[in-house]
Amino acid sequence: MTTTTLAVLVPLLPFLGAAAGLLLGRTAPGLVRPLAVLPTLAALVAAALVAVRQGGGQAIEAHTELTPTGSVPIDLALDIDGFAALVAVLVAFVATCVQIYSTGYLRDDPRYPSYAALVSLFTSAMLLVVYSGDLIVLLVGWEVMGICSYFLVGHYWETPEARAASLKAFVVTKLGDVPFLIGLFALGTDAGSFSIPRVLDAVANGGIDHPTVIALLLLAGVAGKSAQFPLHTWLPDAMAGPTPVSALIHAATMVAAGVYFVARLLPLFEASRAAMVVLAVMAAVTMTGSGLAALAQDDIKRVLAYSTIGQLGYMTGALAVGDRGAAVFHLLSHGAFKALLFLAAGVIIHAAGTNSLAAMSRMGHLRERVPDAYWTMTVALLALAAIPPFSGFFSKESVLGAAEHVATGHTAQAPGAAGWLVLVAGLVTALLTAAYATRLWLLAFRGRGAEAPDHGRQPLTMTVVLWVLAVPSLAFGGLTYRSLPGWLDGRDLTPTLFTSILGTGLAVVGGLLTYGAWQRTTALAARVPLGAVAAHPEGDAGLVEAEAIASHKPAYGDIAQAPDPADPGRLLLGPLHRHAATGFHLDAVYSALFVRPVQAGASLVRFLDREVVDTYVRGAAALPRLLGAAVRRAQTGNVQTYVSALLAGTVVLAVAVLLVATGA
Amino acid sequence: MHLAYPAVLSALLFCTGLYGVLARRNAILVLMSVELMLNAVNLNLVAFDVWLSRAAQETLHSGQALTLFTIAIAAAEIGIGLAIVLAVYRNRGTSDIDRLRDTAEGHGDDTDPGTDTPAAEKAEATA
Repeated sequence: MTTTTLAVLVPLLPFLGAAAGLLLGRTAPGLVRPLAVLPTLAALVAAALVAVRQGGGQAIEAHTELTPTGSVPIDLALDIDGFAALVAVLVAFVATCVQIYSTGYLRDDPRYPSYAALVSLFTSAMLLVVYSGDLIVLLVGWEVMGICSYFLVGHYWETPEARAASLKAFVVTKLGDVPFLIGLFALGTDAGSFSIPRVLDAVANGGIDHPTVIALLLLAGVAGKSAQFPLHTWLPDAMAGPTPVSALIHAATMVAAGVYFVARLLPLFEASRAAMVVLAVMAAVTMTGSGLAALAQDDIKRVLAYSTIGQLGYMTGALAVGDRGAAVFHLLSHGAFKALLFLAAGVIIHAAGTNSLAAMSRMGHLRERVPDAYWTMTVALLALAAIPPFSGFFSKESVLGAAEHVATGHTAQAPGAAGWLVLVAGLVTALLTAAYATRLWLLAFRGRGAEAPDHGRQPLTMTVVLWVLAVPSLAFGGLTYRSLPGWLDGRDLTPTLFTSILGTGLAVVGGLLTYGAWQRTTALAARVPLGAVAAHPEGDAGLVEAEAIASHKPAYGDIAQAPDPADPGRLLLGPLHRHAATGFHLDAVYSALFVRPVQAGASLVRFLDREVVDTYVRGAAALPRLLGAAVRRAQTGNVQTYVSALLAGTVVLAVAVLLVATGA
Repeated sequence: MHLAYPAVLSALLFCTGLYGVLARRNAILVLMSVELMLNAVNLNLVAFDVWLSRAAQETLHSGQALTLFTIAIAAAEIGIGLAIVLAVYRNRGTSDIDRLRDTAEGHGDDTDPGTDTPAAEKAEATA
């Protein structure tokens, strides 16, 4: 089989799996699980083969024109360079893990067939985005992911949180997609082609007339998809979906698409210094803000959601300093450990029967209940906190190294201000990341109190996947940082001594600070009983999670935080905690800025429609009704009245005829 | 005989009939008034036929022939009319035209249903 055929199969197989799963889901329930796992697994094998054959060398390009489309041609095109090949392997790998995990996690779920098909479709769309060499085809995958995320986040649509979250995810990402679409059109018109290689050629030859406008428009779409400030608010709420979906969205697909897109078209963004500075500011604000917010969240998945936003901030930061190799390196290692974190969190939620860290911190022996999740999550958290030799360390240091490189003025491809911004924000975030990772670990696994409820042994499909993902979380960075530059831009990804010591030092300080705070506050935990636990010894993990999410607000008064004085985050953040827990009131600001004006506008329109337009309609009807009432009075029912009227009419007519005839 | 006599007589007859149709309450008397009007017309037809045929060379006496037609049709009409009146009387116990106001606007709202049901039956019967 040629490499091109293999590459076509990569997005096609999950798509066919999704179609078959949707068609056969009801009639042949036995086929649903194989149809969910096998196409994705085959896509993984194909993607790996494509990556091996591509080998980081010359990009594989192939295109076919489906139909003439007018001025700017749209081709079904493949353009696989080292970035695309590696990201596709990651996507297929994480998607396979998620599919296998889901067979256990949602084993009793009545909507599993449609769920699995949507996950396959989601994977297929992401692979299309990764492999596509045409911007419009890329856009198709981009939008399919948007609608899939809507359905998947709203999987538990019985709960109001899930319904609101799925709508929010859809609307907020669409808000970014509108400028994105306009930007794509502007880019296509300027470059005379939607083909990515040709667009990059045009950029290199200075053929783009308005790089700043185009780059900023595209950045809006990227910010929506990759959950960057100020369009990140959908992502923490998207935790209302099932845990495997969170893992898929956060690790490999949806949010990675934005970063990957910028990496693909980085020369275009570099053509505009303003866009690079905007990107850097966006990254810096996102990183530090999400780090603070993660420290204050009570829901274990919301902590991870904010951490995803922060790690994506690192990636956009790397792009802002013009190093897409570092960005994609972090994307790859983050994909592995974040998928692991979410899947392990799913196991923990199942075992503990709650998603609240406050409740877990009052639960003894949780780590003995889920030893696999305990050990793998420890590995993943160490990777997240960038402790050497875990893979997060190498990728994060490559980002910080690139930022330091730019800040000290060694390269001219990005503004020095962007370098400083990313470097300082990245170092602050390293501290915060270690702090919230430590907090999560301490609260979840070092709790003291009543025994954790017994939900039985975790299914094998769920625990095996954790260990599979733990391998790249542990070793990917260390093993590959020397060979990856051959695949990526060729720029060195080796950690520099200065940033490594600084970054690791700050991470250790963050971890120790949290540990100290925890030691002081943990005594309080016994005094303030807290916690609501969904106990379903027979139910599958999805059911337990759905109930845990639904009961968080009634039990603790808020979806994001719990009134827990024993929380080390409360001590560390001090007065900031209240604001950080609500994501710095950004939702409230949006509600005041957009939601309320729209609602006011809607009520104005309703008033105009009901009271003004309808008045005219009612007035138009009133006159005929009056006339009708007047005429109706003549209808007495007395025949003699009618005959009298007839006679009078006849007389009048006769007189008239006579008058006319005599010419009077 | 001068034409004025039969013409005045027929006008008087017609007006009497008209008054009867417009003013009498009893349906049978209304029918009788209709007959009076018809006969006034008949009288007119005969009189004018005679008056016109005096000047003509040759005549078919079409006025008088038409009168015969009218008389025949009037006989049929009065038969049907009386039959209807009888049927109404049997149904309602009255043949007073002033009380036969079923087609009045808003009739269904302000009369009692007791008189309504036979009206509906009658409508069905005549349909």
